[in-house]
Amino acid sequence: MTDTTRFIPDRLQSPFQKRLKSWESLLLLVAIAIFFANSMASPYFLDAWNLSDATFNFTEKAMIAFAMALLIISGEIDLSVAAIIALASTAMGAAVQMGAGTPVLILVGLGTGLLCGAFNGVLVTRLGLPSIVVTIGTMSLFRGISYIVLGDQAFTGYPSDFAFFGQGYVFWVITFELVLFAIIAAIYGVILHTTNFGRAVYAIGNNPTGALFSGIRVARVKFILFLLTGLMSGVAAICLTSRLGSTRPSIATGWELEVVTMVVLGGVNILGGSGTIPGVVIAAFVMGLVTFGLGLLNVPGIVMSIVIGALLIGVIALPRLWKMWQAR
Amino acid sequence: MLQRLITSREVLLLGAIAVLLALIATRFPAFVAPSNLADVFNDTSPLILLAIGQMIVILTKCIDLSVAANLALTGMVVSMLNLAFPGVPVAVILLVAVVLGALMGAFNGILVWKLDIPPIVVTLGTMTIYRGIIFLISDGKWVNSHEMSAAFKAFPRFEFLGLPMLSWTAILVVLVFTIVMSRTTLGRAAYAVGGNPHAATYTGIDVGRTQFWAFTISGALAGLTGYLWVSRYAVAYVDIAGGFELDVVAACVIGGISIAGGIGSVGGALLGALFLGVIKNALPVINVSPFWQLAISGGAIIIAVAVNARASRTKGRIILKSAEHAA
Repeated sequence: MTDTTRFIPDRLQSPFQKRLKSWESLLLLVAIAIFFANSMASPYFLDAWNLSDATFNFTEKAMIAFAMALLIISGEIDLSVAAIIALASTAMGAAVQMGAGTPVLILVGLGTGLLCGAFNGVLVTRLGLPSIVVTIGTMSLFRGISYIVLGDQAFTGYPSDFAFFGQGYVFWVITFELVLFAIIAAIYGVILHTTNFGRAVYAIGNNPTGALFSGIRVARVKFILFLLTGLMSGVAAICLTSRLGSTRPSIATGWELEVVTMVVLGGVNILGGSGTIPGVVIAAFVMGLVTFGLGLLNVPGIVMSIVIGALLIGVIALPRLWKMWQAR
Repeated sequence: MLQRLITSREVLLLGAIAVLLALIATRFPAFVAPSNLADVFNDTSPLILLAIGQMIVILTKCIDLSVAANLALTGMVVSMLNLAFPGVPVAVILLVAVVLGALMGAFNGILVWKLDIPPIVVTLGTMTIYRGIIFLISDGKWVNSHEMSAAFKAFPRFEFLGLPMLSWTAILVVLVFTIVMSRTTLGRAAYAVGGNPHAATYTGIDVGRTQFWAFTISGALAGLTGYLWVSRYAVAYVDIAGGFELDVVAACVIGGISIAGGIGSVGGALLGALFLGVIKNALPVINVSPFWQLAISGGAIIIAVAVNARASRTKGRIILKSAEHAA
């Protein structure tokens, strides 16, 4: 994607110049614009409690989006994340029926997520199957197991201290989930942008064969990435179950596509090889602000999906249209 | 020749369906009665129609996640058309459905072809946009059975030589696309583009244009299915065929169509859809709770893909064993 008409090598551009032209700054402008549009559109928008509650629109999905970003950068995808949430939530619900306390519930949620991730990872890396197909299969399988266990019932009766994860506030109006979101964002940012592991993820996404020949254990890295999406789905399951206080097999339906949308909107190339964590963070805010703003304006949920869909295509199409227009 | 025939994907799948039917017959013999099998085929016809469109798209290294939304939007538009002008003949309705579906498919195709946006991103976006538009035009209201004209509802049920029109449509589309894929330049181009886009470009095939036509065909078939779906079930609402896009992709995958492009056949798509259709229809009959359905079809997809990967592994000389998994 280099501009052929007036090519200036990256190293000759100042860091400021590069940052200004980056995807993240474009997205940040969109976020700020939506924020102002929201505050103009509704007098109820600029309220600390409101804004704080609005973060629920994206925090749980974004936790998965960070792990998904790494996976997509490495050239794979996991469409089973929402089904893992359902299964992990079902497992926690079953544990509650057996009288488990909060610490056990957390272990059950995270453990189920890890197991599901490991299952995906084995199928993709050991059998060499395409991840999009594997995870379409496991998506039905995992959610199917939840339906087998629950049928049309719901699991309730979670212990009262379990409610903290989805409903608790840490600093006055700041929710526990938002803090968790920030911590997880920081961890993934460090992993992807400063460690050898992160470098390996980019290398695999750009050229898997080349990465293998340069000594990167491709299968192992991919397996770990599937473990991570599974684990983060487990974390999201804990937060969501705690927030709703009940488990139904249809929980988090359609989230896989929203998570992928968030990642792609954040500037991660769906074909692998490029993308950043700050981009995904801003994309999470953009999607959260859009849903919240439209909600304040009493726009029905399904119309929000038009806006999100148009945003996804529009934000990706605009730079290309601009380039085409400049080239003529 | 004989060996190639026996080991071919389609024969394997046909065998699997036969085994499945035999197993069901041991517990419930009436399931394999010809009239019931015809019903199963009729039930599976919408999936067959969509799977053929999806097959062509996947052949060209793309994926169309917007088919179910396209189906639902077209279905809603034609049923509202029928509501407003009950006198409009079915032939016109069919034309509107196919053209509208094709336009929506072409929109996907244009974005993929001219703007070079990855197909999964494009169709993820248009999927939510098309579904949202249904809500905007219908205001969330349903079009119910009693609001549809008799002729509108009668078409897919109209029996000809013992089979309803819905089944005939599927048979016709299977026949047409068998010819299109093997005997026309477009069919050849689709295989070439998916098999090796660079080589296809050098032989003078326009990769983007081929993908555009694949999306347009997939959209047209989704539109056609949209009318058949709402008229058969005699109801149109926002969430119609919700999540059906993944069934369609699953049918293709079971049918041996390689998600990496270039490999697959109309017969494979047909049999993959039938395999899922038999499972779906058999579960309630043999007293398996419907709640098991999702898990069983998920398991079937995973097993089918794993078997397929084993069967189609290239038998060339492997220099670096571990490189095989990475690539």
